[in-house]
Amino acid sequence: MELVDAIINVLNSTIRLSVPLLLACLAGLYSERAGVFDIGLEGKMLAGAFAGAAAAAVYGSAWIGLVMAVLVSVGLALVHGFASITHRGNQIVSGVAINFIAAGSTIILGQAWFNQGGRTPSLPAEGRFGAITLPFAEQLRDVPVVGHIYSGLLSGHSLLAYVAFLAVPFTWWVLFRTRFGLRLRAVGENPAAVDTAGISVTWLRYRAVICTGILTGLAGSYMALSQNAGFVKDMTAGRGYIALAALIFAKWKPVPAMFACLLFGFLDALSIRLQGTPLPIVGRVPVQFMQALPYVLTVILLAGFIGKAIPPRAGGVPYVKER
Amino acid sequence: MAEAAIELVGINKSFGTVHANRDINLVIERGSILGIVGENGAGKSTLMSILYGFYQADSGEIKVGGRPASIRTPNDAIALGIGMVHQHFMLVQNFTVIENIILGAENEALLKRSIANARSELERLEREYGLEVDPDAIIEELPVGLQQRVEILKALYRGADILILDEPTGVLTPAEADHLFRILGQLKEQGKTIVLITHKLREIMAITETVAVMRQGTIVATRKTSDTTVEELAELMVGRRVLLRVEKGAAKPAGVKLSVSNLTVRDSRGVTMVKDVSFDVRAGEIVGIAGVAGNGQSELLEAISGIRRAASGTVLLDGKPIDVTGHVDPGELRDRGLAHVPEDRHHVGLVLAFEESENSILGYHDKPQYLKGPFLDLDAIRADAREKIAKFDIRPPNDRLKTANFSGGNQQKIVLAREMEQDPGVLVVGQPTRGVDVGAIEFIHKQLIAMRDSGKAVLLVSVELDEIRSLSDRILVMFDGRIVGERTPDATEGELGLLMAGVEKQEAAE
Amino acid sequence: MSSPYTKLPAWADYGLIPLINLVVAFAVAGLVVLLVGENPLRAAIILVDGAFGSGNGLAYTLYYATNFIFTGLAVAVAFHCGLFNIGGEGQAYIAGLGVALVCLAFDHVLPWWLTFPLAILGAAAFGALWALIPAWLQAKRGSHIVITTIMFNFIAASVMVYMLVDVLKPLGSMAPQTRQFVEGGQLPKLGWMLAEFGLKVRPSAPLNLSFLLALLMAFVVWILIWRTRLGYEIRTMGFSPKAARYAGISEARIIIITMLISGALAGMMALNPIMGDQHNVSLDFVSGAGFVGIAVALMGRSHPAGIVPAAILFGMLYQGGAELAFEMPNISRDMIVIIQGLVILFAGALEHMFRPWVQAVFASFSPRSVGIGQPKKEAA
Repeated sequence: MELVDAIINVLNSTIRLSVPLLLACLAGLYSERAGVFDIGLEGKMLAGAFAGAAAAAVYGSAWIGLVMAVLVSVGLALVHGFASITHRGNQIVSGVAINFIAAGSTIILGQAWFNQGGRTPSLPAEGRFGAITLPFAEQLRDVPVVGHIYSGLLSGHSLLAYVAFLAVPFTWWVLFRTRFGLRLRAVGENPAAVDTAGISVTWLRYRAVICTGILTGLAGSYMALSQNAGFVKDMTAGRGYIALAALIFAKWKPVPAMFACLLFGFLDALSIRLQGTPLPIVGRVPVQFMQALPYVLTVILLAGFIGKAIPPRAGGVPYVKER
Repeated sequence: MAEAAIELVGINKSFGTVHANRDINLVIERGSILGIVGENGAGKSTLMSILYGFYQADSGEIKVGGRPASIRTPNDAIALGIGMVHQHFMLVQNFTVIENIILGAENEALLKRSIANARSELERLEREYGLEVDPDAIIEELPVGLQQRVEILKALYRGADILILDEPTGVLTPAEADHLFRILGQLKEQGKTIVLITHKLREIMAITETVAVMRQGTIVATRKTSDTTVEELAELMVGRRVLLRVEKGAAKPAGVKLSVSNLTVRDSRGVTMVKDVSFDVRAGEIVGIAGVAGNGQSELLEAISGIRRAASGTVLLDGKPIDVTGHVDPGELRDRGLAHVPEDRHHVGLVLAFEESENSILGYHDKPQYLKGPFLDLDAIRADAREKIAKFDIRPPNDRLKTANFSGGNQQKIVLAREMEQDPGVLVVGQPTRGVDVGAIEFIHKQLIAMRDSGKAVLLVSVELDEIRSLSDRILVMFDGRIVGERTPDATEGELGLLMAGVEKQEAAE
Repeated sequence: MSSPYTKLPAWADYGLIPLINLVVAFAVAGLVVLLVGENPLRAAIILVDGAFGSGNGLAYTLYYATNFIFTGLAVAVAFHCGLFNIGGEGQAYIAGLGVALVCLAFDHVLPWWLTFPLAILGAAAFGALWALIPAWLQAKRGSHIVITTIMFNFIAASVMVYMLVDVLKPLGSMAPQTRQFVEGGQLPKLGWMLAEFGLKVRPSAPLNLSFLLALLMAFVVWILIWRTRLGYEIRTMGFSPKAARYAGISEARIIIITMLISGALAGMMALNPIMGDQHNVSLDFVSGAGFVGIAVALMGRSHPAGIVPAAILFGMLYQGGAELAFEMPNISRDMIVIIQGLVILFAGALEHMFRPWVQAVFASFSPRSVGIGQPKKEAA
């Protein structure tokens, strides 16, 4: 029984840890499927988390926090769009710039507004998205296996966690069953085909980066308003980049993206779980090694298993009408 | 005179300093086929892009069906019943046929009904025009001819009455081209208006009723096709009489310099593009490889010149093997006297951001005459570049100018000068005159003949059948990765055309 | 197709447009200052005065600039090969180990002028080593170097915490840092050079010999990129990998060599704070210099002659920023991170934003200089 509990426990934190990755990964999916590479997921998440926490602290409402997070994140996404779509700038450079702007301004503004060394004030319950207990979770708690999984694993997450996992089938549906999705995929593969079909490449790509902004805003909100009770500086700690690696690993497809993010979440959960516990054979592993593990594994995954991950053909290339 | 479908009045368009279209006046009659001929860069494509709303004219007026029309985007053109089949297909390669057809013409936010509509509409078009294609096939898995058919269907699906085709036969075999012309004929019978842009005069004579000739951005003449000849059109196109044949003496072939046997090459997707190809090239001859673009010529060139690793087979240079299936290195081949003028000079043969002199050593930058230890000997490099500029009449004669600022013909001369002046024993040349002005073509052809006459082995790949026929001493025809026949230069265009289409001799005889 | 942006005089191309981009970046940074309730103009005055107003300030400014010259050159060399090395931070951090090993081993036995060359080698080797793995993965496995170098920054941070806490910390010490180096591990200060110009510099001011090494490296990089066969191959690869393949240049080899050089340059940055100032290796001694290098390289257009002044400008921001944080408590040194981001945005991603506008201004003065409004060519 103890083992089952331990497993349920690790899987539960797997889900919690993979939510921000998943939201960021899907965010990247919209943008990159439309041919706009986005290394600035990290910065948008961070800015979203800060804006969400700041607004939730001031107004005492998680919902206002969420709205602010999304607005700020979309704002940065539009900056990326302005640089890389309108002005055809280098998309990597623009993304890196946004990461720095977000990293610096969250600290400066946080310090100036709240005076707590870059933190936002700790949020009260109404400023956060609390756990949602699914129907009958209490009653089923003692049913073996099924009950454990239902009430211990699936129930008890915040609203945003459920949104994240529902966003997976939704994204699939948008991409493959709607006009917007058809055009989005087309503009990432061959923007000239879209242009000659009489559709604005610019507007289409802007809509894609707005989707990215909304989802990174949700990712930031989850981190600041659910996982934690406020904003801490640099709280995204590279998750935006790991989400990007997961996206590549998932070959830019929504359902594999979910599994990739769950995998990274699982590794993260495992490394937290194993911190300080001596392992068989190797003994006690330094805590720094465990902290570095997700990054090491990201590199290994990028190096090993992708094989032929073919990115959207027009990815990273600004669209210029050919003469 | 029949009613005008489209009237262009005083169209002007400039790109920076380039005046691409100058005071164009043109009437396109309803239900006719109009040909627009001109050399590369004469302004044909620009003019049609203006008509399709891809560019806006700087001045001038377009009338559609007698009424002035403002065509600001492709959408406006589509709404006016104008459809375009682009030279480079505007298709999404990993989409299905039907997804490509509905892209931009979906009826509503969800795809389900649009796809159903398109399916029944495709069946109707298939019945009416014989335009058969599997709606669920993935584009990149279709042969080029069918991809082009999808482009035509796209235009018809959008209700096009006026169809513009930009260089439609560049990627087709003569047989496929004939099939296309039959389809165009049928469309005309149904009352559609067709504009055919091409630089191939054979097509103009075969199918059009009227022909407009463009040169340097202006329309220099309009003729009834029945009232003109190929010679007259050619002269109008280039502005002076051209020698269609290059003057050359008989070849004096000597020993074998380059010997290819059983060579098989796959492209980056793993598709076998060159299948078990064998041939020899001797000193003092030009061997031409004819074929429609995409039949493995590019991969063959790349494998021989060491850019692409071959799957199997052997290549002997001066009787000694080249490690084409292993660690082949273009630098090593240069050392052994194999020079290569690549098909794509913009991305392969030159670095456009470099100064001219820097490009004049590309690939030879490790030769001792250009180096002082690990350092570049800039004085030597620049002096050497100036010598080549003088010898090949490269203009402007400035070895410090950025290569991007030279014209296509002069860029090609930079490549040729570099490769020929190293005195190689074997010269491998791909598409030597693509995008090159007429004056430079003549110069380049003469240089290639001179190479041959000085006892070098030349392997020439070109999709321009005229070029192959006028330069080669022997012609090999490539189809679907194989060499399907060898002919002398006296072979007729029809004979070569059949081979290029993959029609076996026996079939052809029947 | 030729570039749509042609024909501006060189001074406008390489001077005016970068200057406009920079001014806009700083103007936006000024807005942030406004947002936290301070006066941007006063902030700017404090900043410049803090950086250049005294001999001491200048010494600090040049000390910080030293870091940024190294990291800026590192990013620039990679740019020339078409690679984006975001890993300068981690490479410099790990290079601290190389410096530490040399200094801990020899500072008692060798004079500084013998330790220094060894430490340069140590720093370069460790920095290069940390760049090697991402380079190899890019060259052989096609793993995106931007993501792998970022991951290596995180990994470097963990490695260094482990090394400093568990391995290099002297027994009985609480602080996670190495022991202090004695004289053989200390570089001479250069304050006296400023004093020659009549400036007053405290002996503790950190400007040291590494500054001259940085200037030397700037020259070496210029030679390397524009005057050597290797530089030619690097630039060919950067402009067109296909042309490089055609020219017989091995893509994997050039990527790996370039990244080794880039990592070595980033690694040398470690010499400046470690041997030149603190005389020990402590946690987080790089403090963002690796990232500043990106902004410096973009601003300096990847040319050493641009990188050195750009590095001095950022040195000014660091030094002046410290003064600023003192005078205006709402503004911490993290302001630099914002400015850095804005410079990367405006000098990098948006570098062409103001060009059409500048061209229009030039055209209105002299139509021929920008290649428009020329008389029509006569029809042939």
